[in-house]
Parts: sequence; structure tokens; C-alpha cells
Amino acid sequence: MSSEQKGFIAEVRSKTGVNVNRCYQCGKCSAGCALNENMDYPPSVVMRLLQTNSAESYNKILHSQTIWLCVSCQNCLTRCPMQIDIPQLMDYLRVQALEKKTVSKKSKKIVAFHRAFLDSVRYTGRLYEIGLVADYKVRTFDLLQDLNVAPRMFLKGKLPLLPEIVKKRIKF
Amino acid sequence: MEIGFYPGCSLNGTSSEYAQSTLALVKAFGITPVEVSDWNCCGATAAHNLNHELAVALPARVLALAEKQGLTELLAPCAACYNRLSVAQHTLNGNETLRNSISEMLQMPLSGKLRILNVMQLIAQHIADKLPEKIVKPFARKVACYYGCLLVRPHDVLQFDRVEDPQSMDKLMAQIGATALDWGYKTECCGAGFSVSRTDVVARLSGKIVKDALDRGAEAIIVACPMCQSNLDMRRPHIDRYLKMKTTIPVMYITQAIGLAVGLSRKELGLGKLFVKAPEPELV
Repeated sequence: MSSEQKGFIAEVRSKTGVNVNRCYQCGKCSAGCALNENMDYPPSVVMRLLQTNSAESYNKILHSQTIWLCVSCQNCLTRCPMQIDIPQLMDYLRVQALEKKTVSKKSKKIVAFHRAFLDSVRYTGRLYEIGLVADYKVRTFDLLQDLNVAPRMFLKGKLPLLPEIVKKRIKF
Repeated sequence: MEIGFYPGCSLNGTSSEYAQSTLALVKAFGITPVEVSDWNCCGATAAHNLNHELAVALPARVLALAEKQGLTELLAPCAACYNRLSVAQHTLNGNETLRNSISEMLQMPLSGKLRILNVMQLIAQHIADKLPEKIVKPFARKVACYYGCLLVRPHDVLQFDRVEDPQSMDKLMAQIGATALDWGYKTECCGAGFSVSRTDVVARLSGKIVKDALDRGAEAIIVACPMCQSNLDMRRPHIDRYLKMKTTIPVMYITQAIGLAVGLSRKELGLGKLFVKAPEPELV
């Protein structure tokens, strides 16, 4: 257990270059975070939890809504007096949560949207909006989403009916 | 003169008026846009959230294609594309092993020297000098220039404008006769890619932006990002419900505002595609 515990700070540092021990809890990241009030742990608390280096804390973060609510606006990094790259850290924690299957229930729609987006890029090489929304609805059963805005978008020429296909797509 | 053009997915669909107005504007100043052939999506937020390799590989392919076409400058009007292309180039330039492996996968070389421009940089460098003599209808309106996140952050990579109180858009708007107001939400987040999955968050964040612009007396919000534009404009019914008031302030692309000032038609600039109606420029 102790060797694993020892690992969290070191692991994060080796994968992202972020040294969580540099954080001295000034709270500027949380003060400037636009999503703060929707989060279960604001960014400075995520930093503090990581500093405890305990499996329990790490687990809390991987199950949190915070990591999925972070929109990567980069305000925290911009204002951090220690230049700690929290957005990069969040990217890493999200992938960890996917791998360990700890995505919080309340964040499933956000993840579904990202997955639907990448599906579109996988199959066509570009984003195909109608396909994206259909894929998202299948994933979330959120069938009523945007039923009123889509027709107006279509009439204004903002929703092409057919996808454009890139010839030499990157396989993933 | 020719300039590389990477429209990105939004400009091909939900923000077609941004493509239309950008192309109309550059052509009016004798610039020929050359589209990157067979371009793909930059990966946007989804890629760096779910798949880090892809977050570099997708924009890297666009950069390699542009270089292969002999382009030296690449205009990426979408702020998200501009950001992802710039971050990928910066990452690859700082990591030779990664650059070699991506270049091998793409079977295309990557010099890393392509100059990636956002719309303000393009206008400042290639249009601004000739702008005064071309103005036929000054855009004499009070405006709130809204930059959002992706144009200015992370500063270490983009090195574009001041992070807290950027000025590039304000200066260009002043050049066409507008009064660019001081306001508090220039670089606050609009909710970005949560438009569909967390519309409630977008309503709150974008609502605060719209409210502050109104409180300062702005007659229009000027943007240079398709995500900001669609959140502030298309999500207005949600915003109005959040604010508990009916708001009518339009959200226009900077290319549309400048286009109007130099006499391009509303149709050429795709102004009819905005959900909240855009104003005519004041005749002076």
C-alpha cells in the first residue's frame, strides 16, 4: 500500500510534468474558475487532495464531477503564481477515470458528447453535426435535446445534411 | 497575395457565416485564400479530453498538409482550431521524438515553421493599413469585444495578446469607428463545448457575459470564435431564462462588422444567419 501511495505524486509528475507539491493553496485557480460553483471539488482542493498522496483522495478525484466540468479555459494556469499546469493535469485525470471506469454518473452526458464527437471524426475525418447529435442522443436517451433549435439552424443554412468525408483519415 | 485557409468543421456548418464573412473580407482586400486540401477536424475539446495522442496527431496532419501545399501562413478563423493547431505545433517543436513518430505516421514531413494566424492577426498584418481608405460606413456603435479563452490562453504558447485585458480586437473595432467599451468579461469562459451536454452551464456563463455587456451600454458583442458566437447567440433563449429578462443584443463576428464598414452587403456577410438580429452601421 505504501509504495502505491508513494506513487501518486510521482506518477502524476512523470506523466504530466506537474509537481503538485508546488501548490501553496493560494486559491487563485478556484477564484477564477468559471465552473467552480458546479464542481464538487474546486481546482485548489483537487491540488490539496493530490498532495495528501493517498489512494482515498486519488479515488475521490477520479470519481469527481470536477474533472469533467473543467472546460480547459486555462484561466487557472494563467493566474497561478507557480505556473502549475492544472488543465494538463485534468486531461490526465480524465483519461485515468476512463481507463479505471470511474466516470461519475452525473458526468455521463459530458463524456457521451465527447465520444460522439470523436466518433464523427473517426468515421468521416470531420465533425458532422447531425451525426454527432444523433450519436449523442442514442448514448444518452436525451431525445428531446435541441428539437426546437435544429429546424431554425437548418433553415439558416447552418446544418448541412450530408457529411464531408476526408480521404486519408487518421485511424484510431 | 495568397494565404493558407483552414476553415475547420464549425465554419463548414454551424458557423458558415463566419466563413462567408472572412472570405468576403479578405477577397475585398485582394487576398486569395488557399484552402488546405483534404483537411480534417482539429480534434477540438473531445480529443484532448479522451485521447492525448489524437489531440496532437489530428492538428499535426493539417499542419503537414498545409506545409506540403507550400503554404507559409495559415489562417484559422475558428479560435478552437487556432488554439489546437498552435498547441500541437508548440508540442511538436519541443519534442523531436514525438515529431518524428507523428511525421512517420502521417508520411509527411513537419518543419514546424508554418505561421498560424487568427483573424485579428491576419487583419492587423495584411488588411489594417488599407482599412481607413476603404471605410464607407463607419461602424459607429458601442461594442463589447469578447475574446473568450482560446484566443489568448495559454499565453506561453500563443503569445498573441494580453491575457487579462486583450486589445487587438478593440483596436480594430476603433479603426472602423466603433467605441470599444471597457468591460469585465472579455476573457471569461462562455461554457464552450457544453452547449449540448450541459446547456444549463452555458446559460449561466454566457448569461453573465451578455448581462455585463448590456450593463456597460454595449449595442453589439463582437467575437472571433464560433463556439462563443453560437453560445451567446443560438443559446439566447436559455440565457434569457437564466437572466429572467428578454435581451436583444446581437453577437457578430469581427469580420462581419468590418465587412459592413467597408460596404460589403449583409448577404455577403451572412448576417441573416445570426439568431439575434444584427444592426445596420450608423451612417455618419
